[in-house]
Amino acid sequence: MERFHWVRHRCRQLLSVDSERGWYSPPDGFPSKSSLQRVSGKRRTVLARHGPHQQEYEAVSRKYKGNGIRTTKYSLLTFIPMNLFQQFHRAANLYFLFLALLNWVPIVEAFEKEITMIPLLVVLTVIAIKDALEDYRRYLFDKKVNNNLVRVFCGKQKSYVDRCWSDVRVGDFVRLSCNEIIPADLLLLYSSDPRGVCYIETANLDGETNLKQRQVVSDSSLQGSDFTPESFHSRIECENPNNDLNRFKGYIEHSGEARVGLHSSNLLLRSCTIRNTETVVGIVVYAGHETKAMMNNSGPRYKRSQLEKRLNTDVLWCVALLIVMCLIAAVGHGLWVKNYRHSVFQVDGEISPALAGFYVFWTMIIVLQVLIPISLYVSIEIVKLGQIYFIHNDLDFYNEQLDSRIQCRALNITEDLGQIQYLFSDKTGTLTENKMVFRRCSIYGVEYPHVENARRLEVYEAEQNEAAGHTVTLKSVCSGKSMSCRSLSCNRSSVSLHTLTAESPEEEDQLSNHAAARTGAFCSRMAKDVVPDPELVRKLNSLCSSTLRLRDSSTESLSTLELTYITDFFLALAICNSVVVSSPSQPRHVVPEAQAPLKSLEEIKLMFQRLNFYSFSTPQIKSSPRSFTSKLFTRGKTGSFNFNTPPSNSIDGSDLALDTSQETCTLKSKVDLPDRWDGEDSAARRSLEDLENFRDLKGDGDGAKQNVDLDRDVQSDEDSDDELLYEAESPDEAALVHAARAYHCTLRGRSAKSLLVDLPGIGSLVVQLLHILPFDSNRKRMSVVVRHPLTGQVVVYTKGADSVIMDLAEKRRGSEQAQEIYKHIRQQTQKHLDMYAREGLRTLCIAKKILEEDEYEVWLKRQLLAESSIENQEELMLDSAERLENDLTLLGCTGIVDRLQEDVPETIEALQEAGIKVWVLTGDKQETAVNIANACKLLLSNDRLLTANCGSKDACAALLEELLIEVRREVDGEESSLHSTSNFILVIDGQTLEWALQDELKASFLELSCKCKAVICCRSTPLQKSQVVQLIRDKIGVMTLAVGDGANDVSMIQVADVGIGISGQEGMQAVMSSDFAISRFKHLKKLLLVHGHWCYHRLANMILYFIYKNVMYVNLLFWYQFFCGFSGSVMINSWVLILFNLVFTSVPPLIYGILDRDMPADTLMKLPELYGAGGTTKIYIPATFWITILDAFYQSVVCFFVPYFALAGSDVGILSFGSPINTSALLIILLHQVIESNTLTWIHMLVLLLSTILYFGFVLIYSAFCVVCSHPTNLFRVETVQMSQPLFYIICALTTFIALLPRMLFRALFNSLHSSATLRSAQRDEEAAERYRQRMQRWNMKHTGPSSLPVCADNPGLEPSGDEVVS
Amino acid sequence: MGKTKDKSGPLARRPDNSAFKQQRLPAWSPVLTANTVLPFFYLLAVISMLLGVWLLLLVQSTQEIKLDYTDLGNCNECFDLRRNVSNAAQTCSCRVEFSIDKTFKGDVFFYYGLKNFHQNLRRYMDSRDDGQTVGWIKKLKNPSTYCEPFAKDEDGVPIAPCGAVANSMFNDSFTLTYHSSSGRRVPVPLLRKGLTWYTDKNVKFRNPRTDNLTLAQVFEGTRQPLYWQRPVYSLDPHDPNNNGFINEDLIVWMREAAFPNFKKLYGILNRADANFEKGLPRGNYSIDISYNFPVQHFLPIAYLVTSSLILLMAVVLTVAWWKFGKDGKNMKE
Repeated sequence: MERFHWVRHRCRQLLSVDSERGWYSPPDGFPSKSSLQRVSGKRRTVLARHGPHQQEYEAVSRKYKGNGIRTTKYSLLTFIPMNLFQQFHRAANLYFLFLALLNWVPIVEAFEKEITMIPLLVVLTVIAIKDALEDYRRYLFDKKVNNNLVRVFCGKQKSYVDRCWSDVRVGDFVRLSCNEIIPADLLLLYSSDPRGVCYIETANLDGETNLKQRQVVSDSSLQGSDFTPESFHSRIECENPNNDLNRFKGYIEHSGEARVGLHSSNLLLRSCTIRNTETVVGIVVYAGHETKAMMNNSGPRYKRSQLEKRLNTDVLWCVALLIVMCLIAAVGHGLWVKNYRHSVFQVDGEISPALAGFYVFWTMIIVLQVLIPISLYVSIEIVKLGQIYFIHNDLDFYNEQLDSRIQCRALNITEDLGQIQYLFSDKTGTLTENKMVFRRCSIYGVEYPHVENARRLEVYEAEQNEAAGHTVTLKSVCSGKSMSCRSLSCNRSSVSLHTLTAESPEEEDQLSNHAAARTGAFCSRMAKDVVPDPELVRKLNSLCSSTLRLRDSSTESLSTLELTYITDFFLALAICNSVVVSSPSQPRHVVPEAQAPLKSLEEIKLMFQRLNFYSFSTPQIKSSPRSFTSKLFTRGKTGSFNFNTPPSNSIDGSDLALDTSQETCTLKSKVDLPDRWDGEDSAARRSLEDLENFRDLKGDGDGAKQNVDLDRDVQSDEDSDDELLYEAESPDEAALVHAARAYHCTLRGRSAKSLLVDLPGIGSLVVQLLHILPFDSNRKRMSVVVRHPLTGQVVVYTKGADSVIMDLAEKRRGSEQAQEIYKHIRQQTQKHLDMYAREGLRTLCIAKKILEEDEYEVWLKRQLLAESSIENQEELMLDSAERLENDLTLLGCTGIVDRLQEDVPETIEALQEAGIKVWVLTGDKQETAVNIANACKLLLSNDRLLTANCGSKDACAALLEELLIEVRREVDGEESSLHSTSNFILVIDGQTLEWALQDELKASFLELSCKCKAVICCRSTPLQKSQVVQLIRDKIGVMTLAVGDGANDVSMIQVADVGIGISGQEGMQAVMSSDFAISRFKHLKKLLLVHGHWCYHRLANMILYFIYKNVMYVNLLFWYQFFCGFSGSVMINSWVLILFNLVFTSVPPLIYGILDRDMPADTLMKLPELYGAGGTTKIYIPATFWITILDAFYQSVVCFFVPYFALAGSDVGILSFGSPINTSALLIILLHQVIESNTLTWIHMLVLLLSTILYFGFVLIYSAFCVVCSHPTNLFRVETVQMSQPLFYIICALTTFIALLPRMLFRALFNSLHSSATLRSAQRDEEAAERYRQRMQRWNMKHTGPSSLPVCADNPGLEPSGDEVVS
Repeated sequence: MGKTKDKSGPLARRPDNSAFKQQRLPAWSPVLTANTVLPFFYLLAVISMLLGVWLLLLVQSTQEIKLDYTDLGNCNECFDLRRNVSNAAQTCSCRVEFSIDKTFKGDVFFYYGLKNFHQNLRRYMDSRDDGQTVGWIKKLKNPSTYCEPFAKDEDGVPIAPCGAVANSMFNDSFTLTYHSSSGRRVPVPLLRKGLTWYTDKNVKFRNPRTDNLTLAQVFEGTRQPLYWQRPVYSLDPHDPNNNGFINEDLIVWMREAAFPNFKKLYGILNRADANFEKGLPRGNYSIDISYNFPVQHFLPIAYLVTSSLILLMAVVLTVAWWKFGKDGKNMKE
């Protein structure tokens, strides 16, 4: 098979080369020697297509592929020969061919010559049609991709014109704008970004949604405002095409100038998306099949289903059976010839018995050919197509948000879905949404549970589970929105909070769908809209208002220290990141010029002085220079918030009133919020503040007027807010920035040296950015060094993994009291961290450190030294960072939900119950992986975690051994006591995995992992993922399934027996290489448990039935040989004989294989144990095969000998004898299927009826009109005469009864006495539920009369114990 | 069904929520349990029983007498003579006498039977040409190669009818005589027509078109099969319309028997004759045949046995159901 595929591949390559040469259409006769050398060498030269070196260009790029892609197997011309060639590669078809040819040998000829060709022709035609359709689909897809438009520089028109992707050539200049997909591998020559960078999103390639920065070729002559392709005279030398995504080497050589090196950050890869950059221009260096994306997309592996492998052995058994039968016939014939050598009926009397036997052997092979279920192979393909059709049409696999169904890309492994034993899953984007959402935080040792926020997330979840029933109402909401949202006073009070929030995301989905506008990475609504914690808001507000109440600090409810903590915390969230701010209209917010302050700064200054007074972390109060503080205020708009405005209403509103009304805040929000929330989505995050305003205003006399002002201000503020789009390198960062924004700590813009931040109550501030120490996996943290906008101090904000930060924040100096407070904060925060981790949240700690100026100076020197050093720069940088990031002050921690996709825990639980081992293979870090495993219930609280992180191979070997001993002891001990699955979970990191996968350690790794309930591989590379899958697949010999969403999962998906791609918004690579593409992880549950189960059962039953059918029918012919001297005579007309399998009894098994349901879908979903992988419910095993064969033998004996005894000794003709036999065989075979079927729909009935009618119709018409056809078995009038006699029917009836009796009896006994334990338990469950329901009803009935207690009605726990009801 | 779907909406690719596509078609699940099967079994047993009894009565009312004349009377001489194929041309006749104890009432059929004659041998069956016997002139002179080695004689003259089947045609003739109680020998009149299916005589077997030629002229240029004593156009000396390919004995013979032991219809008692109006009276007869076979009782007995088997099973099932299944766990629904 492999070899054949290779040949096919070669053929395709040759063909495609030919056709693509046609595309280039280079004038021949330019074979300059130098260029040929270059092409044949290991490098490729790229010149501008429309540049000055026309001739050289053509010569050089003659051999380069165009950008058109062709993934089809055949073309119109090559279809017939290639398809035939491919088909005859199948043993089955060769066997057919062999039989057809054998029948042409006169001495062994059994049937008319043409007849044996029919099955072959039918099979070939059916398969060819199927292949053609499949290929046509691929063709359409290619066409769609090839016909995408892109703007390419045209030499004649001297401008960029729209061209199809397929017309792009190497050397073309391509101009792309934001959100466009890159058509080929481009060398980035120009970017509209002044820094010469461009951002791409590689989701299509590797599933990562973060933005990657690409750099214009570092060559000053190219970068400029006016890049013109005409002026490009350079020559690019680079590697030949290869499939390494991260490697690109070469240089660009200008005429006469020095060479400039090229590297992978200059390359824009095909199928990535340009983000956040207005315009880029690149020159195509690799196109079409030579691009890195396509080179990585090696054609899908031919997957052969497990069942088919099993089937093949059984087909071999059938072959053996055939040979035995033929041998018996041969020997029998030899003996017979010996006895009757000189009889009058002996035609060739001179032949020796041995030779006669030899001839008969071959004749019998033709006669009994049906025994080998050849048509079975075709039937299986058709059945799988039918199964695919139903899987494809399943409503449960439809995703409304994406308007996508399941895609079935592999057509031949449906039943493997029912046999999965190991499931390998990617994490990000597969288990999780890959959307990080801020969930809760802890500051100053105080936990803010963000109850509303949690509720909001739940609401989202609930909403997602709901069907899109509200579409119509949503539309009306949508249309109403544009008019009403600008006014806060629009009242839609009748709508409750929950329904509103439930509907709004759909609104957005719809909008985004229609507008088809992607707003940038991680800007999902869910991440953006964080509902602030009211308590925290209150504290934050009191920060502002406290400026007005400086003197009565005794009544303060919170310490000013805590306030500084909170402010610093949010400031850190807003600035300690590498988030880029942009808006759709404006690519990037740069820090605007500082404006003159409009308000007096007195209050602010006072406040910070006050804060610093109590702050022990700052050793000394540094009054900021007035000139600096005056710069802080850039916009007067901030003053519009009531807590900033100094008017009387804030003052006369007493503190007490403020506090009490704050307490009612949560209650109020339920009432008041909807009014505004339905107005505008973005209003949500402001709602609490608005509430504040309203509350204050209500208490105020002249509230109405204020209200108007406020409206205006809020609106204008919102307008500007809405434009902000955060594009982060990691989704966590985006989540944190959005969280900060919810508390009005808004990051507004970023430039290289400064950041623009809004602070609550203060307004926009320019924060001087001194340093960024980017995240790296060793330090597990990142820091920014800034000059504090208010105090002017140099402050380090650090954000990182909890373990690291907690260690770094250990040592504290300061007063006794301070230390105590600090210790308390640490303890509390640690407690909260643990809680978050248990909840499955991703935790990050935020800390800060205030540097003295001289301290900073010292560090700066070292840092600059480190930056400028060339040797061991990394080390020095690390060293420098570590010197800075110590003695940190812990501010607090955050809990981020990497939200699991909906129903992931349930799905995993169900899959595990179904006996499937679930492994998680992720490139993510260990903590996250474990967190997610926790969240998705892969890791339960009583599971034991085995962690394998080793630094060396020897250590790894030792560790594996050690773990193995531990696990063995435990597992063995458990096994002796009770049969429970082990609860070990192995967590292994990439480095260790690398060693574990080496040959010496493979065995122990395998044993260890097999003994574990689940394995989590983190930090693993795509290659490792596939190696792991391969190891399990090959060494344990189980069915594996890999599911992933990104290109990093492609290799794993291809290696696994069943590869599933998750097609979210992003990533078509995984989908392209997968066998099935679903849009949600939860779909796996139904796909495996229901469709997999069904497909397997259907196919297995159908195969058994098919084998039964063939054996049963063929044996009729075999028994006859005992009465005709083993001469190979048949008592059935040869056409009927051939068509019996091909036509009369072919469709019912297909329907059986497509539509039969052994159990209803909801039962299968409810009881995952019914899944077949456990081995207990396997149908297609040797035992069932042999039982089937035996039953077939029995039935054929009955079917033959009842008519035989009924007609023996009479004057019955040979075909008249065959007639009742054939008819009863048909009836038996069809009724057998009825008995075996689990469900019979009208389709079954129709098909069964049609089969019968077809048989009788054909036989009658054929026997009525065909006078001299089908030479030795002339059926003329035989059937019509037979069927007019009652004897015929009496024989048929008796035969059918007796033949089917045992199976009926068996089925009846089996179903009566035995039903699977699981089913019984299910019934018991149902009954229990039913009984419970009835009991509740009765109870309610009883109690609603005199005194109704509605609380109890829906709370079963409150059912009075005295009310025991008889079951 | 007939509804046209708007495929441009946001849910354009949403699958139809039809019962068929969602595999929710109403289905009858034939879960065979004792409950469902038992009534059926009892019913079946009763039907089989009735059928069996009816058939038995039917069979009882028919009579059969078989005579193996191979060694009977003076037929063994002929048998020895025929053993040698070269003596095919010599005539040999013999007589067998037998008596009937009971009158054969109604229609009486006369068969000849052969034992261990494999008419169903594949090579033998192949060796015929339906095109020739259907009366195609072309085939008459140019028989199909299937007929080999009986297509042409040593001189290359085509054989009509060709092939091994025709060549080995059974050509004994019988005269049945009734020895009445008075000692008078009455020849039993046998109808030698209507032995074949109507279509065989009129469609499947036709003489080549004569066009004013006599049958002998039509068959000129062909020769009779090697074993035959008379050419095909004069098979029946008594009835010129029964000659050629439409000779009824030939047609009967050409329909190959299913088993090596078989019988073929030779004649039907002509009940137009006053003596045999009611059938074949009891008394002594003479014919070359004798061999007594038991009457065919298989079908009625099979039915009766099946009936009792089903009944037995039904009872077993009832007991099983009574003992194990009745507590209702699995029987329910």
